[in-house]
Amino acid sequence: MTRDITCHQAVALVSDYLEGALARRDRRRLERHLADCGACSAYLDQMRATIALSGSVGPEDLSNEAVARLVDVFEKYHRENSGESPN
Amino acid sequence: MEDEALLERILGGDHDAFRDLVERYQMSLVRLARYYVKSEASAEDVAQDTWIAVMQGLERFEGRSSFKTWLFRIAANRARKTGTREYRVVTVDPVDPVSSARFNEGGMWNEAPVPFTELINDKLANAGVLEACRNAIRDLPEPQQSVVTLRDVEGLSTREVSDLLELSEANTRVLLHRGRAKIRETLEETLTGGRSWQ
Repeated sequence: MTRDITCHQAVALVSDYLEGALARRDRRRLERHLADCGACSAYLDQMRATIALSGSVGPEDLSNEAVARLVDVFEKYHRENSGESPN
Repeated sequence: MEDEALLERILGGDHDAFRDLVERYQMSLVRLARYYVKSEASAEDVAQDTWIAVMQGLERFEGRSSFKTWLFRIAANRARKTGTREYRVVTVDPVDPVSSARFNEGGMWNEAPVPFTELINDKLANAGVLEACRNAIRDLPEPQQSVVTLRDVEGLSTREVSDLLELSEANTRVLLHRGRAKIRETLEETLTGGRSWQ
């Protein structure tokens, strides 16, 4: 039992666990802990939800000016390029 | 619309498709560039140069990697040439993801956390939570912000992120762990402290 981990130690392993990057021994210790610990399972849920939310935040609103400038560059480039090799 | 479908239209000169692609990736490109260069203005210049390189190279893009991977690789190369790297030495000491104050002397939770999936239960709450998440990522210091943006927002692999940022995979994971811990903490405050969603 001395090799079992505390909740405090378990939460430190969760991000690497979700990355599939834990050494097998640590992964087993964590999974054994999670099987018995509702609080740390809730923490795991929080971390999974955090990652999922980060993946769905979408881009921030850009200034119209910045986008318009890039679209101008694109149009100019395309005009010049298609002038050389018309369809 | 998928990137590949947009690319087809862009090759035909469709500027709306180009605008969509810019809106999709510009923020992450600027963040990646910002990791290498000293100012926001330089980072925006790098992003603009990246888009020009995309226009010039698009016909030759063979799709051996995803467009996203190709795009970020161009940006990282350009940013490296432009920038003075400020994060060459990254401190990688692991930190507690959760404040020690939340555990008792035996290392057990004083008060158990509540699963977010139980708290995020309606669309109105979702909008506020997404906003909090977006702000939390924006408030992360570099290099955590670039790591989280590329790995969790853009979904690149840890190896791709470590290549783009010239970090070891182990360091990348430590930075990811720190960034995620801060975002989780913000979300927990939003979901259990604010109470405005109830």
